[in-house]
Amino acid sequence: MSNIPADLLYSKSHEWVRVDGDTVTIGITDHAQEELGDVVYASLPTVGRVLAAEDVFGTVESVKAVSDLYSPLAGEVVEVNSALEDDQTAINGDPYGAAWMLKLRLSDAGQLSSLMDADAYRAEIGE
Amino acid sequence: MSYLPNTAAERSKMLAAIGVSSIKDLFVHIPQAVQDAADFSGLTDSLDDLTLQRKLISLSSNAADLNSNACFLGAGIYDHYIPPVVGAVCNRSEFYTAYTPYQPEVSQGVLQSIYEFQSLITRLTGMDVANASMYDGATALAEAVIMSCDLTKRRSVVLPANLHPSLRSVVETYLEPLGISIRTAAQNAETGATEIDTLTEDDACIVLQQPNFHGVIEDLSAAVAAAKVVGAQTVVSVDPMSLGLLETPGSLGVDIVVGEGQGLGCFPAFGGPLLGLFACKKEYIRRIPGRIVGGSVDTSGRRAYTMTLRTREQDIRRDTATSNICTNQALFALAATVYLSVMGKQGFKDASTLCVQKSHYLAAKLAAAGVPQRFSGPFFKEFVITCPAPVVDINKALLEKKIIGGLPLPGAPNDMLVCVTEQRTKEELDSFVDVLASFVKGEVA
Repeated sequence: MSNIPADLLYSKSHEWVRVDGDTVTIGITDHAQEELGDVVYASLPTVGRVLAAEDVFGTVESVKAVSDLYSPLAGEVVEVNSALEDDQTAINGDPYGAAWMLKLRLSDAGQLSSLMDADAYRAEIGE
Repeated sequence: MSYLPNTAAERSKMLAAIGVSSIKDLFVHIPQAVQDAADFSGLTDSLDDLTLQRKLISLSSNAADLNSNACFLGAGIYDHYIPPVVGAVCNRSEFYTAYTPYQPEVSQGVLQSIYEFQSLITRLTGMDVANASMYDGATALAEAVIMSCDLTKRRSVVLPANLHPSLRSVVETYLEPLGISIRTAAQNAETGATEIDTLTEDDACIVLQQPNFHGVIEDLSAAVAAAKVVGAQTVVSVDPMSLGLLETPGSLGVDIVVGEGQGLGCFPAFGGPLLGLFACKKEYIRRIPGRIVGGSVDTSGRRAYTMTLRTREQDIRRDTATSNICTNQALFALAATVYLSVMGKQGFKDASTLCVQKSHYLAAKLAAAGVPQRFSGPFFKEFVITCPAPVVDINKALLEKKIIGGLPLPGAPNDMLVCVTEQRTKEELDSFVDVLASFVKGEVA
């Protein structure tokens, strides 16, 4: 069973979202890292980049595959976890903590309602 | 199995499908004068082996080959010495018959040769990483420019006016559908070097050719400094032979180094095949095109080689791959590896030095004979002379003396791009001067 914290929101492309006022923190889920296998590289956007919902904001590369990362929400990148570019092990080890990827200042908070809660995400991945 | 690949009926069906009436129609784009000059009348549809062999030998004896003629033609493809061991190794069937290794890890020998090639190219260019090679220097440059645009997220590049026209043409072909715009940095009319003062914050990179198309050595440090001011990169297309003497582009801060590697042990065969070199700073390695072989250890801890960073490539990344090249120029990369190994550090430097000494000897002799150089900038093995008569006429006179003259420059019929490699002898250089001098004195009409 994947770890799916109840206090987060989730996208169909397996990103998690933690809401803090008009800013959200985004990473990939425990289920996603489990499917990817050992992650060897992550590329993240630069601060200041403006993303639309479903824009590719980066890539993660595992020993098996390379996957694009999709922003579940629209907004401006205000912070990036650049520590991940040098050491990706947290993506497998601590996906909801040390492996947060970016912080976004939302341009449309209404989009939050399109995301899933923990129960819906658990159903989505068939657990 | 029948030796005939298809029947007459099949051929007419294929011709009809593409809308031409005969095979001859496929060659209509070749200028009529060239078609008229080609005489295939001796080659009928079927000949016995012996007759055919004799006819072909007789036909090829009309060609001015590099064994019996002194070559002063360069402009991108060069007549450098190839030690016999290069052919001896490259013609081994283990290398010669294999295409790119599709089950690479069982081909440890091929992988090791590519790994050695990459190591040699990084040493030569002073860069951190090199790939397993590209098709040729022109496509390598185009890929480098696109890579620079992706890395900087900018959509404009600066090419020098004195970039080899073939390089420019290939770069334009690659950039046009991507919507990347090209600006041109002017050439100083006196020195022949590029004027580096036109960069803006929209430019991804400035490209320099080292030495440039006219043979003049560019100031790479100035380009790197100017690029840094606007956050742009520096991309350099080098003649690797010049790196036996010139400071490495890596030590001068260049971001991406590409080049045509044919001069490194690969024969000049009607302009191809060629060998593209590609090297860059380590921080760009995830964006580099083409294959890379890495050194590793197997489960028993023994040295082993493997294709690495494969996730950049098209068979895995599909449309988001860094490039559509999924192979390398393996046999010529091997030739360059053997060449550099057998020459050694000192031998390679010696060959470079001979290019400089002999070309400068020729330039001085020509100047004394009344044939001046067009540019004053420093040069390596090529330089432009302004001749007393059209170059095509001079080249005819040179060919009578078993000398293949230099390249007539487009738009300047009396200007010749002369190339002097380490292979030219003093007698050949002096004969070249004698022919030019006879034109100066008006002895030739």
